Amino acid sequence: MPDAIVAEGLVKKYGDVVALDGMELTVPEGTVFGLLGPNGAGKTTTVRILTTLLKPDAGHAKVAGFDVVRDARRLRAHIGASGQYAAVDDHLTGAENLEMVGRLYHLGVKRAKQRARELLERFDLTEAGDRPVQGYSGGMRRRLDLAGALVASPPVLFLDEPTTGLDPRARASLWDVISELVTAGTTVLLTTQYMEEADRLADRIGVVDHGHVIALGTADELKDQVGGDRIELSVTSAADLEAVRRTLAPLAVGDMQIDATALQVTIPVTGGAAALTTALGHLSTERITVRDAGLRRPTLDDVFLTLTGHEADEKIKETVR
Amino acid sequence: MNTLQMALADGMTITKRNALKIKRAPDLLGGVVVLPIVLVLLFAYVFGSMIELPGMSYTEYLLPGIFVMTITTSAQITGYTLTLDLQKGIFDRFRTLPMSPSAVLTGQTVSDVITNVTSIVTMALVGLLVGWRIHTSPLEAVLGFLVLLLFAYAFSWVTATVALALRTPEMFNNVATIVSLPLIFLSNAFVDSSRLPGPLKVIAEWSPISTLIQGTRELFGNTSPAMPVSSAWPLQHAVLASILWSLVLLVVFVPLATRLYKRAVSQ
Repeated sequence: MPDAIVAEGLVKKYGDVVALDGMELTVPEGTVFGLLGPNGAGKTTTVRILTTLLKPDAGHAKVAGFDVVRDARRLRAHIGASGQYAAVDDHLTGAENLEMVGRLYHLGVKRAKQRARELLERFDLTEAGDRPVQGYSGGMRRRLDLAGALVASPPVLFLDEPTTGLDPRARASLWDVISELVTAGTTVLLTTQYMEEADRLADRIGVVDHGHVIALGTADELKDQVGGDRIELSVTSAADLEAVRRTLAPLAVGDMQIDATALQVTIPVTGGAAALTTALGHLSTERITVRDAGLRRPTLDDVFLTLTGHEADEKIKETVR
Repeated sequence: MNTLQMALADGMTITKRNALKIKRAPDLLGGVVVLPIVLVLLFAYVFGSMIELPGMSYTEYLLPGIFVMTITTSAQITGYTLTLDLQKGIFDRFRTLPMSPSAVLTGQTVSDVITNVTSIVTMALVGLLVGWRIHTSPLEAVLGFLVLLLFAYAFSWVTATVALALRTPEMFNNVATIVSLPLIFLSNAFVDSSRLPGPLKVIAEWSPISTLIQGTRELFGNTSPAMPVSSAWPLQHAVLASILWSLVLLVVFVPLATRLYKRAVSQ
């Protein structure tokens, strides 16, 4: 299978801040690649370079066989991009927005109109199509923006945090649309902060930190790297934290995290629900009062903690644009 | 499709987009239609009734000044819209499309011509109601309107440049107001610039705004032999100088705005 996207050693600096530091990625045709990482890790910068919006300071990249710098103009006819900030015009109707994009792809007046109607129908916007976008909900705007990226039926699609800020229902409906596209053979590069989103949509995931990919694999492979389930429990008094650590140490399959402010302990375990029952049994024997306890799958934070040794939160402060 | 055809087609697409936006945005429409009506009525009745000029009515003297004041104000729509678009990410969408890169700015400035035609027609009609008249041949009158529109088009590129340098709508609005008020009042729009004191007189006589107002007055015949024109070169050759000013502004600001646009969107 040929590769639709190949990036090699991409570097991008803003003054002293290094946004991309040797970014490498390869996406085979017809697959979905998820770039997972916190704000400021370099996800958006990568997408901006691959969609010809930015020139890299070093390295090179090819999309659909075109060099993103040298063949930028020709490449644009073969890609679609939908961003974090829905790039739609408030005063124009949904139909006018899509027609405008069609005209700018040089589809011709008639074809642009026809294509706009097709897409409105496909994205469940037929009724709203003749109303100004001003009155659209966040989910509708994102759908319209995604429709805009599909006007020319591009073989390669870039989705930069397509569901950030959406409510769960709108997110689920957008995921359905993206899944359909992939079934139809479109290559997708998706960036996201949500493990769940990457899990649901991506064939392969690259975890990004400090401007380069630090781990690569399927969702399951990454989760295995991170470890299995986690017990998360909170106690009523800081004095109990040490007792909890001592009592549950034999159950833990990795380092426990103790948050003294939130009175919370996170313990990596194997064995799922049974491990939780055992843990609660031990704590009860030791007469430690537990305020809340639960079992959960790894999150982005866990991936980060394991792979980089620091919390995803810390990175948000370094956000670069 | 060759590059020029593409630039024209894409420019038209963007022009249409901007025209639709102005039609649908009440705040912009107010600036294009309502404000000119208010200005003409206000100035004609407030100042027109107080000020006497030798050999002509103040309303006739005033109207060309109001025309120019309005087109310089509405050129600010270009700048304001650009700063709004910059913040919204719509330019990113445009730049991932296989479209002509020049189309965004040409589309924006050309749609301003549409709004300027609307404002000028509105003002001319209201002007006729309050006693303004054209005393020249139809050809000169048409030339008068064309000179106004040409200058307005060039001025749109100036505001586009300022907007792309400042980038935020708030900054742009502040700067535009601070700059445009003195520009209008330090001219011959409302008063005879030759009677201004010392340096103010020199500034007013050499201001492109004064030149354009004088040129428009001549082409509409809103002049009086009892009111001699200052001897400064641009006011003596006002029509020619207005056209020259417009061309100079275009030559300087079209490339400048284009460069700033590229810089603003490639970050």
